[in-house]
This record gives sequence, C-alpha cells and structure tokens, in this order.
Amino acid sequence: MIRPSQPTAVSRPIIEAEHLSKTYTLHKKTGRLKRERTTVEAVRDLNLAVAEGELLGYIGPNGAGKSTSIKMFTGILSPSAGRLRVAGLEPIRDRKQLARRIGVVFGQRTTLWWDLPLRDSFALLHRMYAVPDARFAANLKRLVALLELEPLLDTPVRQLSLGQRMRGDLAAALLHDPAVLYLDEPTIGLDVTSKAVVREFLAELNREQGTTIVLTTHDLDDIERLCRRVVVVDHGTVAYDGELNALRARVAADRTLVVDLAEPVPAIAVPGAAVTRIDGPRQWLAFPAEANAAALVADIAERYELLDVSIRDADIEEVIRNLYTG
Amino acid sequence: MVVYALISRQAFRRYLTYRGAMVGGVLANTVFGIIKAFIMMAVWRQRPSIGGYDVADAVTYVFLAQAMIGPMSTLNNGLDIPARIRSGDIGTDLFRPCDFQAYWLANDLGRAAFSVLGRSVVPFVIGALLFHLHLPTDPRVWAAFVVALFLGTVVSFALRYLAAMSTFWLLDEKGVVGMATVVTSFFSGMIVPLVLFPGWLGQLARLLPFAALVQLPADVFLGKRSGGAVGTGYLFEIGWAVALLLAGRLVTRRARHRVVVQGG
Repeated sequence: MIRPSQPTAVSRPIIEAEHLSKTYTLHKKTGRLKRERTTVEAVRDLNLAVAEGELLGYIGPNGAGKSTSIKMFTGILSPSAGRLRVAGLEPIRDRKQLARRIGVVFGQRTTLWWDLPLRDSFALLHRMYAVPDARFAANLKRLVALLELEPLLDTPVRQLSLGQRMRGDLAAALLHDPAVLYLDEPTIGLDVTSKAVVREFLAELNREQGTTIVLTTHDLDDIERLCRRVVVVDHGTVAYDGELNALRARVAADRTLVVDLAEPVPAIAVPGAAVTRIDGPRQWLAFPAEANAAALVADIAERYELLDVSIRDADIEEVIRNLYTG
Repeated sequence: MVVYALISRQAFRRYLTYRGAMVGGVLANTVFGIIKAFIMMAVWRQRPSIGGYDVADAVTYVFLAQAMIGPMSTLNNGLDIPARIRSGDIGTDLFRPCDFQAYWLANDLGRAAFSVLGRSVVPFVIGALLFHLHLPTDPRVWAAFVVALFLGTVVSFALRYLAAMSTFWLLDEKGVVGMATVVTSFFSGMIVPLVLFPGWLGQLARLLPFAALVQLPADVFLGKRSGGAVGTGYLFEIGWAVALLLAGRLVTRRARHRVVVQGG
C-alpha cells in the first residue's frame, strides 16, 4: 500500500467532527388532511476526533445516531450544523473524492452486485474507483489470499453464504486502499468461525496496513477483541469516549436482581442495592457486579415474602443508557 | 466513461440470467401483438387510410410497438431505484464515486440493449411471418430507426427516473409509478398509434416527450418521417432527453440533501 507515512502523533485527525448535528423534519399524519411537522434531532453537538491508524469502537443503542453520523462521515447525508472533515476533505462537497479514500461495509447490506459473479463486481469497482491496474491486481491477489476467496470468484453473489458474502464485501471495500474503513455490524448473523475470520482480518489490516477502522457493532466481543478506544453514542451525542478497560469497569458495575413478591409493596429498602423499577409485585434492583447476590436475596427474603427471583447481567444497551443519564 | 460502458455491459449480462422472465415476456408480447393486429385490421377495413396509415402500416406499427415494450419499459418502471430506496440499499449507490444518475442511465441502457435482443426481435419476426408487414428496404432507414430508438430509450429513462426518484419523498412509489405507466403507455402510442388521436389531443400527444418512445421511432421505420423530418425528430428527442435529464439532476441533488436514507 502506498501512502505517505506520517507520524500519527503530529498529523491532524483523519476524522474531525465539531458540534455536528443532523435534524430531520418528519411529517406525521394527524387527521384526514392535517399533518404535523415534528423535528427529530438524530445527531446533536457531536464531537469526535479519530487519529490515523486507530481502530475505534463506535457503539450505542439502536436509534442513538450512530448510522446517521456515519452517513455524514461518508458524505451520504449533509449535516444540519457543525464542522466535519474526513481525510482532509469536506464529505458532502468532496463526496466523490472522499469515496475514493474510504471504504464502507454494511453487515446487513451488500455493496456487491447481486447477480454478478464476485470477480465481475470487483472488476466494476476497479473502474469505478479508478484504481491503477497494477495496484488493483496486487490488492486483489492479497485480499483473495487473505480472505480465501479464490474458490468463490466465479459464484454470483446471491449464491454466497452470509459469511462468504461478508468476506467478499470486505475485499470490495479495500480494493482501492481506503485510508478509513467504516464497518457497520460486520459480524451480524455470522457463525463463530466466520466471526473469528473477520476479526482476525480486521486486526491484521489495522496492524499491517495502518488502515483507520471505525467499527459499529452490537457484538461486544467484536469490541473487546479489536478496539482499545470506544466511543459510545447516545441521544445523538458522545456519551463516553475513552479506553475500553475503563468502560468495562463501568459495564461491570451493575447487575439487576428481579424479585417477584407475594403482593405489591413500596420500594424495597436493602443495603447494597437500589430499586430501579416497580411493576406491581415485581421490583428491579441494581447492585454492584462484585457484590454477593445470594446474600442480597437472603436479606430480602428475610423481610418480604418472595415468590421468585432472577439475576440479569448488565445488558450493554442499558449500561450505555445509564452512562448517558448517570 | 469506461466505467459507465462497463456498467451497461454488466447490466446486460445480469438480465441475461433471468431467462424465464424473458421467455414469458416474448410470449405475452407476441400473443397480444397478434390480437392487436386483428383489431387494427378490423378498424382499417372500416376506415381505410386513417391518419395516413394503410393497413400494412397499421399492423407493422402494432408489432413495432410490441417490440418496444421491453426496451422502452412502457409497462413498468424497470429501475431498481424504488426497491432500493425502500430497503435502504440506495445508500450504497449514493456512496459510490460515480454520478448517481449516469450510473442508472448506464444500467438502463444495458437493460434496454438486452431487451432488444431478448424481447423485441422474436415477437417482431413472428409478426412478420404471420402478417404482411411494411418493412423498409433502404438500409439507411433501418439505421435512422436505430438512432431514433436509442434516443427514445434515453427519453424513456429520463421519465422513469423522475417517477422512481419520487420514492425518496413518498417512500412508496406505486401510485406515482402506476400513474406514470398509464400516461406513458397512452401518450407514447403504445396502445394505439397517436395518428388515431383526434384534433387537439393528437397534436398535444405529438408534442409530449412520450411520443419519442414509440410513435416517433415507428414513424421513422414506416417512412412517415424521412429526410429533414428525421433530423427534426432527433432534435425533438434530444431536446426532451436533455430537459428531463436536467430535471432528474435537480431532483437527485434535492434528494441527496434532504432525504432520510431508510434503515440502519
């Protein structure tokens, strides 16, 4: 790969978003003829700086604004406000130029042509991205070897399995040596082996080629295995930005104890746990992960008539929400 | 340019994989052609030489119109844009480093080229075997017809592109596309030749862009347009193509700026 080697420490961030916002106007039908205009702030005041060569986990609950912000980073959507630069370019204004510098892989969609053999899709991308012939040949050879695509090259994309298609999509996104690779749920629906292949490939790509990777996923394993830095987006803005270890400490902070009591009572008061929700005779209590759950249950059983209990590990989306509100 | 030629070629190959649809299309176009031919013959027996056509012209027109259903895509939108907007896949198309409208035009020309070979030739040849058709003897007329057909395809694309792009705002294209299809098949001369339209309706129909799809290429084929009139016909097609493609560009720009890409 030919790219000027710049020391990451002094170079400007490859992705720079300052006070980035995106507001949608929705028209909702409220009557036979009446329509109501509502505005939705999908992204608001988002700040992010990603250095060249980083492998960033970009996570958050559904509808948090991840996809919308990535669509802005790639030049598909125009920001409503704020400043945005990617690879030194302004995404909407320099869209075509930017498209040649970045790669995108959507786990749930394909950039390949459904009815064409993989080889023909690659040939189209070769011309579309105007990749010099020698470079294309070298990249194709390397990617085909790494992703074990040789036996699949003549198969139409619609006949590929999900795992095979994902490998094809990864190759397709990298044929033009992008400086930044955006991945949206690249392991969704894949079996354990395919997941491992994809992760190993991404780690190597980042290490060997220095490609900046922005990884969006709901699979925390992806993040744990690949990313040092994690950005959590919630309600359209950055709720957490830092080391994965620090986040994990917070993620592990709370578990939930669900108790079913014989009859509805006011919030249970026990040391070491706090009621987060009450629904009739059922109550939810948050308690630290390292605390003794058995002791807590015993404590409650002593004072109330318990019918049933269950313990849930912190679900990432919940924790992310807590991060934001708490 | 190379990339667009390649896109056309790949679209051509892609349609080649749908052989079942091709056979079905050929069969339907041929059968309806034969039925329409008998209707026209009955009409012309009652009123010989209406609109300056004799009965051979009218039957030839029928099979020309049937042959153009495929390439001009008069009975359906023929573009994948609405489905891709609804599924959100359009995001990957918007992202590519090439011109969005040109990408779809290249795709559609590949589809149309396939359609000529796969869906037009057979019904026309069968028509020529079963009926007495008025076939040009001068190869220059054939050549002029091919040019008119090509320009008509571009006008057809430009019209269908506008209808398809409405999905960005309406999220469901069925109404607009359905309406566009009805208007197109009527005003293109697909159903009956525009020469049968009386008075002002006929004059209006010949000024609208739809005339470029069927009536105008058919007139060139039948020799109703020759010499300088062929040139004016081309200018008519080019004029509408440019105007409608520019309208499409405007719509594309607006779609890019204000529309939510579904899903994700």
